[in-house]
Amino acid sequence: MRSITKLLMLSGAALAVVAAQPAANAAWKPEKPIEFIATAGPGGGTDIIARTVQGIITKYKFVDRPIVVVNKGGGSGAEGYTYGKSMAGDPYKVIFGTSNAWQQPMVSKVAFNYTDLTPIAAMAQDEFLIWVKQDSPWKTAGDYLKAAKSGNLKMGGAQSKDTDEVLTRMIEKIADVKITYIPFKSGGEAAVQLAGGHIDSHVNNPSESVGQWRGGTQHPICVFSSKRLTNTDKVTATEGWSDIPTCVEQGLNIPTYQQPRTVWLPGKVTPEQAAFYVDLMKKVEDTPEWAEYIKRTSQTNTFLTGDEFQKFIKDDIEHVHQIAQEQGWLVK
Amino acid sequence: MESNIESLMHGFGIAITVQHILLMTIGVLLGILVGVLPGLGAPNGVSLLLPLTFGMQPVSAIILLSSMYWGALFGGSVTSILFNIPGEPSSVATTFDGYPMARDGRPSTALATAFGSAAFGALVGVVLITLVASWVAQFALRFGPPEYFAVYFLAFASFVGMGGTPPIKTLVALAIGFAIAAIGIDTVSGSVRLNFGIPELVKGVDFVVAVMGLFGIGELLLAVEEELHAKAVSSKIDWREVFRTVVGLPRYGWTLVRSAAIGCWMGITPGGPTAASFMSYGIAKRFAKKGVRFGTGVPEGIVAPEAADHSAGTSALLPMLSLGIPGSATAAVMMGGLMIWGLNPGPMLFIDQRDFVWGLIASMYVSNIVAVVLVLLTVPMFAALMRIPFFIIAPLIFIICTVGAYSVSNSYLDVVLMFGFGVVGYLFKKASYPLAPLVLAIVIGDKAEDAFRQAMLMSKGSLGIFFSSPLVTCLVLGGFAFLLVPQLMKLVRPHRRRAGLEPTEI
Repeated sequence: MRSITKLLMLSGAALAVVAAQPAANAAWKPEKPIEFIATAGPGGGTDIIARTVQGIITKYKFVDRPIVVVNKGGGSGAEGYTYGKSMAGDPYKVIFGTSNAWQQPMVSKVAFNYTDLTPIAAMAQDEFLIWVKQDSPWKTAGDYLKAAKSGNLKMGGAQSKDTDEVLTRMIEKIADVKITYIPFKSGGEAAVQLAGGHIDSHVNNPSESVGQWRGGTQHPICVFSSKRLTNTDKVTATEGWSDIPTCVEQGLNIPTYQQPRTVWLPGKVTPEQAAFYVDLMKKVEDTPEWAEYIKRTSQTNTFLTGDEFQKFIKDDIEHVHQIAQEQGWLVK
Repeated sequence: MESNIESLMHGFGIAITVQHILLMTIGVLLGILVGVLPGLGAPNGVSLLLPLTFGMQPVSAIILLSSMYWGALFGGSVTSILFNIPGEPSSVATTFDGYPMARDGRPSTALATAFGSAAFGALVGVVLITLVASWVAQFALRFGPPEYFAVYFLAFASFVGMGGTPPIKTLVALAIGFAIAAIGIDTVSGSVRLNFGIPELVKGVDFVVAVMGLFGIGELLLAVEEELHAKAVSSKIDWREVFRTVVGLPRYGWTLVRSAAIGCWMGITPGGPTAASFMSYGIAKRFAKKGVRFGTGVPEGIVAPEAADHSAGTSALLPMLSLGIPGSATAAVMMGGLMIWGLNPGPMLFIDQRDFVWGLIASMYVSNIVAVVLVLLTVPMFAALMRIPFFIIAPLIFIICTVGAYSVSNSYLDVVLMFGFGVVGYLFKKASYPLAPLVLAIVIGDKAEDAFRQAMLMSKGSLGIFFSSPLVTCLVLGGFAFLLVPQLMKLVRPHRRRAGLEPTEI
């Protein structure tokens, strides 16, 4: 725990969000109820992780104060982050989000940036796959890209200029094709549109489409990961997550593309307060309930904090910035 | 179909136990409570209750949560009728005739009519789920962006074309509504629109905030000005009145059946309960006999939106179970629950989790009966609220609206907006502009816009996509028919009917 504290202190200093202070001897403990802010509507992936963490903390009594989950998903999550920014110095607000925290300020005129918040951790990485309709003639990424040469394929996804569209533009660039991207409110909506044959594909996370896969309306053709997924449970009678080839295997050279589940505090909190939550989230990750959640949603377990988390953000920003610039999405 | 009935019987075996009936009663009572308190609402209520269900059997948990949903649907109509404050978007249309009837000294009749027709609507919805679940699920898949847009267009058209107010005023109200719906992040371009430099407006304008201002505060301002409400309404509180009303409902049989059919259709075609209740009200007005003055407190004006609202609300659960798409915010919370309990919503649920699905469907029958009995019992209590003198109730309404607006997302901005909407509501009524199209545009305006632009992306800009299949062509032509036929009729038979949308005398 001490090393984590130190790490966080270092990152805090590097960020200049918190001024370097001598570490206080007494560890900080919450004395009031804690509010978890999910930057998504009820039922979304970010909402589910916030409620899962709440459930685990309550069950193991990691904190003796009550925890409430509040949804602030307006404006594709901007509502929650903006709220977090306005709560500077309040260690009783914990914000649950995604890479939206640094991607959204790049492409739309929102009133926050991730530097307004204190990073705690990236707790899991959600995977992306290419999904097509069950009866589609495309069996591999190769088939799909060949069909995409016609310029008539429609890709659905959640939101505009967000992770799904960024990935679509990456595919376009690497495979030299043109794909029509159609933004929906959520990945769930895109999945239903694919089942009805109104679009040709989408790049949903595993948990967004697992029900549809089991139901035989659509199936994944490849996963954007350097190696195959590890969950060997069968989803359909014959196939499971670990049977899905990687996109690289099939000639679509995008070795990794992941969506981190991020946790933040408002800005201007003390290092002790931040350290408390890093430690708390670490404890949550060590429970069997967490392992079960990761497995059920087919995510990859990670725990990035401090410098590692900062480096991840920097790399991601660099990458997305390039795409956004090419597409003319950047806001001044 | 026969196997469905067999499964249903099996489901009854699961749903009817002492423990489950008890859970239903608790759920319904809590639901009525959150439904009556504006700003709390079903989605919040269900998410507050969700953590308590983690230790339960999935079937028991979903029975508790869905009972709460039914209770909240019923409860949402109470404030619409008594105070002109709709607790849920789908109960806005109930205020048009429910509130005038209650003010007229018949709150018991208004409430009982609403509850009775709501129960009928819900029942039709459940029967539909039982009999044609698989067909319905397949049909819903045929709706892509152009079809969605056509359904919304149909809802607008059926409401706008119905006359009463001058079409130009309706258009102005609609346009203002669309502008308000456009505030916040635009789904299709991802950019922030119309936030006037106020960072918080990025979340958009919440519907509850808008209607509490437009209806609750707007009405209050008018009342203060006219001093008409200064005396309490001497409402008769009579059990026989409740009984008589419920027994007398079959008189509106045709309205009931038509409204429930509209509700089911809109619930399945994912137009949703709000569009359903507006459309049903509009159509009931169109088909009304001569001399029935809608907007002055006629029973048909309560029957139509309530029956449609509940049948749509019920049948909207079907896409959630069979396709894994939540039809409403509450359904979305429940779906989150399903996943936490370890179930995957989607087509396989019906096969893998037969006990769960049919237990839930059977519980819908039982818990709706439990709910209607409980709400009917509360009618006299709620009706008694009307006896409280205006000088006491007015500050209460003021407090309820303020707290309600704040609690939507713990934001002071919402309270300010709500008062702003109050002034707008007052001005609308003074200038006799209709509020209904404004509200309809706020609620489904951005959805209609998204659907239209998604369709345009799909067709690369060609309007031909709205005539590309028989389904969408029929929907679009139906919309035009609703829009134009009344205008043509007017040319043929001028001034056949002159029923105003809002009563001229409040």
